[in-house]
Amino acid sequence: MEKRFIYADNAATTAVSEEVLNAMMPHFRNSYGNASSIYELGRNAQRDIENARAKVAAAIGADTNEIFFTSCGSESDNWAIKGTAERLAKKGKKHIITSVFEHHAVLHTVEYLEKQGFDVTYIPVDEKGLINPEDIRNAIREDTALVTIMYANNEIGTIQPIDEIAEICKEKKVLFHTDAVQAVGHVEIDVHKQGIDMLSLSGHKLHAQKGIGALYIRKGIVIPNLIHGGGQERNKRAGTENVPAIVGLGVAVESACKNIAEKAEIITPRRNRLIDGILKLPYTRLNGDREKRLPGNLNISIEGIEGESLLLMLDMYGICASSGSACTSGSLDPSHVLLAIGLKHEIAHGSLRLSIEEDVTDEDVDYILEVVPKVVERLRSMSPVWEKMMKGEKYE
Amino acid sequence: MMYSEKVMDHFSNPRNVGEIEDADGIGEIGNAKCGDIMKMYLKINNGIITDAKFKTFGCGAAVATSSMATELIKGKSIDDALKLTNDAVVEALDGLPAVKIHCSVLAEQAVRSALSDYYTRQGIDPLPIVGEIHEPEE
Repeated sequence: MEKRFIYADNAATTAVSEEVLNAMMPHFRNSYGNASSIYELGRNAQRDIENARAKVAAAIGADTNEIFFTSCGSESDNWAIKGTAERLAKKGKKHIITSVFEHHAVLHTVEYLEKQGFDVTYIPVDEKGLINPEDIRNAIREDTALVTIMYANNEIGTIQPIDEIAEICKEKKVLFHTDAVQAVGHVEIDVHKQGIDMLSLSGHKLHAQKGIGALYIRKGIVIPNLIHGGGQERNKRAGTENVPAIVGLGVAVESACKNIAEKAEIITPRRNRLIDGILKLPYTRLNGDREKRLPGNLNISIEGIEGESLLLMLDMYGICASSGSACTSGSLDPSHVLLAIGLKHEIAHGSLRLSIEEDVTDEDVDYILEVVPKVVERLRSMSPVWEKMMKGEKYE
Repeated sequence: MMYSEKVMDHFSNPRNVGEIEDADGIGEIGNAKCGDIMKMYLKINNGIITDAKFKTFGCGAAVATSSMATELIKGKSIDDALKLTNDAVVEALDGLPAVKIHCSVLAEQAVRSALSDYYTRQGIDPLPIVGEIHEPEE
């Protein structure tokens, strides 16, 4: 078996595409003007930023002036949540609703607000990794300032009932923000049609560079300015614009949202073959709903082994993957997402996440399906947990 | 996070993996909940550890520290094995990331746990010789 290099961790980050890089390049050495400058070089930069803004807006069904560039998805989340909280607290609204399995950019932000005296309701998810919109309806109170629910989960890829949640929020007159960092470019989004008030997106998840993101803020919603200084981003986020990154983001979002259905048609069968192939191993389970999930995502728990060891061994075979084990999260607890869908600690430690795109070929799938069982068998052969499982003993 | 070359070597080619059928002492430490379990098997002859093997469920550092610990005690006297510290294991592996130091403690405790079992089998109270075995906190 010839060693391959397979990047199957696109939910972590992606490579900058050639198209994006080509669009960015002139802005480093030639078209390097400050967008605030009056001369042509500056005006060109301003024009290119606005073109990029229009592209991002069009791709998600927003108006151009509803898009604000930020440095990343986390910044967008922080701004939307803390900004809304700050403004509505003045009207006595100090209650926020979110879910237990949000990205830490949301979870740690609302935890921070809890310390500032806000009340936070954490909506549970079911064993398939889906939120019941009715739970949100029931959680909304007179003093609810914001509902923030992720569009698609970053670990198990489950796509949440965003339309229903937005509908409920509209009915109850509560602002609705969604962290769509994993969803943009993978599912069709139309913020106006869907009734989304704020949406965070990140460039490096869809082949733009790292360090660029955007926040969509529906017209009419006022949140405090994030960075005070010059007049950039309509006074809301000062700081000289990162023109190459913004231009790249425009191209990346436009391109990612252009042919979502076609991409899914290529990726989904390959992803399904990976799921079915890995599930042939005994004592494995798919985490997250099989249908309502991102086309390229699979997350499987493999009992008797630990995730980090699995990743290190896959790396030796040239496969880049991810896991929800404690050892890969930098804490002693395994992924809060896997625990939220009801997995026991010992099973959550041994999860494997692959997030593929079209560049992972059928041959790559064959290779992964050849390597994974080999690596799992090796790790299980040296695992005292597996030994006990095979003897029918309990391992606690 | 960076593992040293030594750690990667002991992870990719762990020494002394397996079981000893007629082991004189078997120790197990850790729990699946916290994500690391080490099981250590010792063969002891006239106070000398003639063979050591292990099985580990855990991360790269857990496997590497188990492997290194078995290497460090093989052929040594029980007294020397009891002197094995987690620091010595870390040093022999050219260091571990700070978040992985607990793995080296597990390896040290797995050796002590196996020696404790050895004394118990001999009808000797292990506590005064081996001391208390520290299970990791959940």
